Amino acid sequence: MLKITDLHAQVEDKEILRGINLNVKAGEVHAIMGPNGSGKSTLAAVIAGKEEFEVTKGSVELNGEDLEDISPEERAHKGVFLSFQYPVEIPGVSVTNFMKTAINESRKANGLEDMPANQMLKLIREKSELLDIDRKFLSRSLNEGFSGGEKKRNEIFQMAMLEPKLAILDETDSGLDIDALRIVANGVNKLKSKDNAVIVITHYQRLLEYIVPDFVHVLHNGRIVKSGGKELAMELEEKGYDWIKNEAVV
Amino acid sequence: MAYTEEELKKELETKEYEYGFYTDLKSDTFPKGLSEDIVRAISKKKNEPEWMTDWRIEAYRVWEKMEEPEWANVRYQKPDFQAISYYSAPKKADPNKTLDDVDPELLAMYKKLGISVDEQKKLQNVAVDIVVDSVSVATTFQKTLAEKGIIFMPISEAIQEHPELVKKYMGTVVPKTDNFYAALNSAVFTDGSFCYIPKGVRCPMELSTYFRINEGGTGQFERTLVIAEKGSYVSYLEGCTAPSRDENQLHAAVVELIAMDDAEIKYSTVQNWFPGNKEGKGGVYNFVTKRGLCEKNSKISWTQVETGSAVTWKYPSCILKGDNSVGEFYSIAVTNNYQQADTGTKMIHLGKNTKSTIISKGISAGKSQNSYRGLVQIGSRAENARNFSQCDSLLMGNECGAHTFPYIEAKNKSAQVEHEATTSKIGEDQIFYCNQRGIDTEKAIALIVNGFSKEVLNKLPMEFAVEAQKLLEISLEGSVG
Repeated sequence: MLKITDLHAQVEDKEILRGINLNVKAGEVHAIMGPNGSGKSTLAAVIAGKEEFEVTKGSVELNGEDLEDISPEERAHKGVFLSFQYPVEIPGVSVTNFMKTAINESRKANGLEDMPANQMLKLIREKSELLDIDRKFLSRSLNEGFSGGEKKRNEIFQMAMLEPKLAILDETDSGLDIDALRIVANGVNKLKSKDNAVIVITHYQRLLEYIVPDFVHVLHNGRIVKSGGKELAMELEEKGYDWIKNEAVV
Repeated sequence: MAYTEEELKKELETKEYEYGFYTDLKSDTFPKGLSEDIVRAISKKKNEPEWMTDWRIEAYRVWEKMEEPEWANVRYQKPDFQAISYYSAPKKADPNKTLDDVDPELLAMYKKLGISVDEQKKLQNVAVDIVVDSVSVATTFQKTLAEKGIIFMPISEAIQEHPELVKKYMGTVVPKTDNFYAALNSAVFTDGSFCYIPKGVRCPMELSTYFRINEGGTGQFERTLVIAEKGSYVSYLEGCTAPSRDENQLHAAVVELIAMDDAEIKYSTVQNWFPGNKEGKGGVYNFVTKRGLCEKNSKISWTQVETGSAVTWKYPSCILKGDNSVGEFYSIAVTNNYQQADTGTKMIHLGKNTKSTIISKGISAGKSQNSYRGLVQIGSRAENARNFSQCDSLLMGNECGAHTFPYIEAKNKSAQVEHEATTSKIGEDQIFYCNQRGIDTEKAIALIVNGFSKEVLNKLPMEFAVEAQKLLEISLEGSVG
């Protein structure tokens, strides 16, 4: 599904990604771990197409298509979803209205009519139950005055509504208490299928107890320095990132 | 008016001012220039009674000695008042016309404006008065309204048919010498709408006036007078467009509202005068005086969506004279390119327990300047007066400006006045967030702007709200790069 080859990216002449290779197939869950500043969030933003990052070398392909000239919204229409580490506020725009706009824009891009209102309502009901979201929450302005946990839960709610092919969760666990973490993780697990893929970006192994990855990659200085199965996450938790840093130097 | 996404998109592609057409109507236009003779000639043309002529002349004589105000935060080449024609009428307009007599060219123009007079009649519960250049050319629904005793007609006709009402109320809220532009208007106004709601009557439909400047080199000076008798209610809508021209056209209107005891007037405006082109050439100078008087327990609500005009100078105000009266001002002012707006309100609290609410949303883009100017004045006898003001500014890009000039004068210790102000900028992060959800940048801006303006848009009648939303999107197209 996603194929990243020798990806280099920079922001304001500072190189952050220095040759990333990653292959994600449908039905897989990949975890990307690494210390602060290793390039995890940059990788997520580059896959989503954020313009302030300049790709200087290498490629990102989605289902065989090079994404280089594809705008962020078109990537979204093709099924790329990013759960933001810091979701932004849009005052006066309700969660429902935002989702309605997003869904219908994607449908339009894919040659479909607007989703009929009753179908939309049904979808909202279904997905909000899945994530244990109070309906009142949906009429509030997007992320305005939301607690950290509410923001993250709202990201996963949007993911559930949009049913992406490739979901990237950027530090979705930060700011969540254990109950919220469990709800969010359960939501992600229920949305997982053989047709979609998930990339979980995280600092800690904690989230991976709930969302069990098939592969774990460790990012350091803009490169994947180690890949393995879920045991790698445990090992990291035990030994800390210094272990990787030292190993990378060696 | 329902519109599909496709239509919207098409419109966004061509963001040029869509009402910029000029209709070749045979018109009867006065020579340029202003003098006592011209004022007399206008009055004569209108077949006015002597008191009206005298009233105009008085206004003119005072105006001659007045100076154009300079305190507003706007810069422009002052109009040459001798280079304007003060009367222009589409030729076939006849005071006794019916719809069948209306010039076919004029009907074609309404169609372009999106007003089908026939359809309005059938489909929408809106009575429309249309003022082109200087005269009112069609008023629909007069009969239906007359059954309730409601008078809704061009003010020129009201002067003929209901002189006692016009004489009694005109100039009582905005005195003819109130300010430079109001005095000018008083001298040369040629038409406008007159509306009278009798005691206890709830006007069953929205009343609407559509203003359009068509002829080149003319000014539009319309005058609107709305009187709501005790316990009555009326909702009034006003829309404005003008053709795209290189020159600046002058629009100096006066609107007076009178709400008697327990009456309520809602006055909504969607102003879309030609804003000038991208380089700031042309566009309408919109210098308008709007004021309402509230008697006991009455309420006046001004709602305005201002997207057009090169320069706007406009402060719809309320004089809260009666005890327990309520004044409201809800405004969205959008400026793009080189537009300048200095707009706001005055809430004058004179009676006890009077309340006012001001919600002002300014959106600036391009190289434009957007100022809010508001006065809240609490008189010494206004026990327990309350005011809440909120002024929010939204900036797009780095070259525009947003300014807030609040004035508060409280002469009574029991007054409670609150003022809140915020300034925000549409951030790249917000845009990217929307993009990532599949929403393109234009649509994202529209979404953010609509969210920002929601509190005000909600105050507009339904059909108007949709039109206003669409206007906001068109006015701001291409403003974030």
